[in-house]
Amino acid sequence: MIIDTNVYLSRWPFRRLAGDEPEALVAKLRQRNVAQAWAGSFDGMLHQDIAGVNIRLVQACRDFGQGILIPFGSINPKLPDWQEDVRRCQEEHHMPGIRLHPNYHGYTLDDPVFAELLKLATARRLIVQLALCMEDVRTQHPLMRVPPVDITPLANGVKGTPGLRLELLNCTSNIDREQYEAVLGAGDVYTEISMVEGAAGIARYIRNIPLPRVLFGSYYPFFYFESALLKMQESGLDEASQKAICEDNARRLMGPVSSRQ
Amino acid sequence: MLNRRTFLKSVGAAGAAALAEANPRKMSGAIDLPNDLRIWDQHAHLGSVPGDTPEERMAFLVKCMDRIGVERLIISQGYSDDQHPNPPEQFRRENDRVMRAVKAFPDRAYGSVYLTPALLDFSMEELNRCIRDGPMVMIGEIEAEARCNVPAMDPIAEWAVANEVVILQHEWIKADGNEPGESSPFDVVELARRHPKLQIVCAHTGGNWELGIRAIRATKNVYCGLAGSDPTSGYVEMAVRELGAERVIYGSDVGGRSFASQIAKVEGANISESEKKLILGGNLRRLLTPMLQKKGYKV
Repeated sequence: MIIDTNVYLSRWPFRRLAGDEPEALVAKLRQRNVAQAWAGSFDGMLHQDIAGVNIRLVQACRDFGQGILIPFGSINPKLPDWQEDVRRCQEEHHMPGIRLHPNYHGYTLDDPVFAELLKLATARRLIVQLALCMEDVRTQHPLMRVPPVDITPLANGVKGTPGLRLELLNCTSNIDREQYEAVLGAGDVYTEISMVEGAAGIARYIRNIPLPRVLFGSYYPFFYFESALLKMQESGLDEASQKAICEDNARRLMGPVSSRQ
Repeated sequence: MLNRRTFLKSVGAAGAAALAEANPRKMSGAIDLPNDLRIWDQHAHLGSVPGDTPEERMAFLVKCMDRIGVERLIISQGYSDDQHPNPPEQFRRENDRVMRAVKAFPDRAYGSVYLTPALLDFSMEELNRCIRDGPMVMIGEIEAEARCNVPAMDPIAEWAVANEVVILQHEWIKADGNEPGESSPFDVVELARRHPKLQIVCAHTGGNWELGIRAIRATKNVYCGLAGSDPTSGYVEMAVRELGAERVIYGSDVGGRSFASQIAKVEGANISESEKKLILGGNLRRLLTPMLQKKGYKV
């Protein structure tokens, strides 16, 4: 079985995607043996009514998820009263985590509001997913040029937030490997494989990134789901490593919270 | 900041031996690609692949190919040690590396000659050395300091037409502008229209494929290469819709990319099985058949 930690619901702003209807998305995930998928919303990138985005996300997961979809709410800490959105994610929607898009919301990781957000999420025992990019900068719409998140300040942010559980999504190779290593060494930080590349790329990736910190992520439906799965096959991992990436590591990160879902 | 090539190079060599010993096990939910797909990859390099020699790097690639069902590669550019090679000896060294790799695995790879219109006399000599008198079967990936619409490409294109050889041309449409001398699909179209009998493959179809597919749509002797970009959903469906499956050709751009992410563009696409077969190998075999038959190679 697979726990996919990186899927999105709703519409990509610039293109219709096969799988951007929740029924189709769930059908694909089930076809590919996904038992659980951590779902954010593309609407969380640009919509300003984030509370509405999160309500729709929860409804879609409940109505179409067939027990597979686990909602991760969007938080934009540049919006007024964003702390209420965090509260609702945990108390009302019973989400296990939140998903952030700093480069679409206009803040850097040394912004004090980001530190405040990490502390609040940690106090509420929410997993924080941080999307480092959403697409190759070379192919972006000319009116929507968004560079990857600069993670240079992130190691200090992790060290300054004891108890934080953080997953980096869409780990682009445009970010320096040493920066990734610094962040992963700073605390309870995870990555996922959707943007890992190269021949047998995942096998080579886990020679630099500790295996227990690597999770399965497809970035479906923006990417073809088969990319992540075929990369696992190409990498020729032993059974224990496959299971760690596809299931065990995510289960450990989620912890007992998953039983609430 | 590291690019994909430098990142992979930094993690590459150390893990080669250990990875070769990995004991893979078929994972639950694995994708079984049908054996009759006969996947041929028109765009592969030895760069960023673990191994100290061309033979070791090719051996590593063959292991990956076997895990995922790739039958054969077209290799070019050797280790790609320098993206702007000059003097000519650097091109020759990379072509020699390719020929060593192919010689070690003749049933799994063919070679494609690396050259540049910026060094025309040398490139014409290299065409003769590597294809006419040597084992190679294709031209490119041409990734040079001169765009492919320059007049110096004309003798190369004429040679390709006369000898029934396909060209693989690097090109992109980058949101922040191409590098100096870097080709775009528009440049490929310009060259292809000057040489209507030329068969030329866009290596990346713009990278921004929604633009690249449109750019080449009306020029029937230009093919849509799928290699070397993120596996974004919808790519292959649009290419098949606008160009027809006969003009779409799978390639990986390994070792900067995986075989897997690029095959996924086809395997995950909502197209027919017969269209997948064409894209993953049938079209390339059709284009290469004249040269393969001349050389007595198996198609």
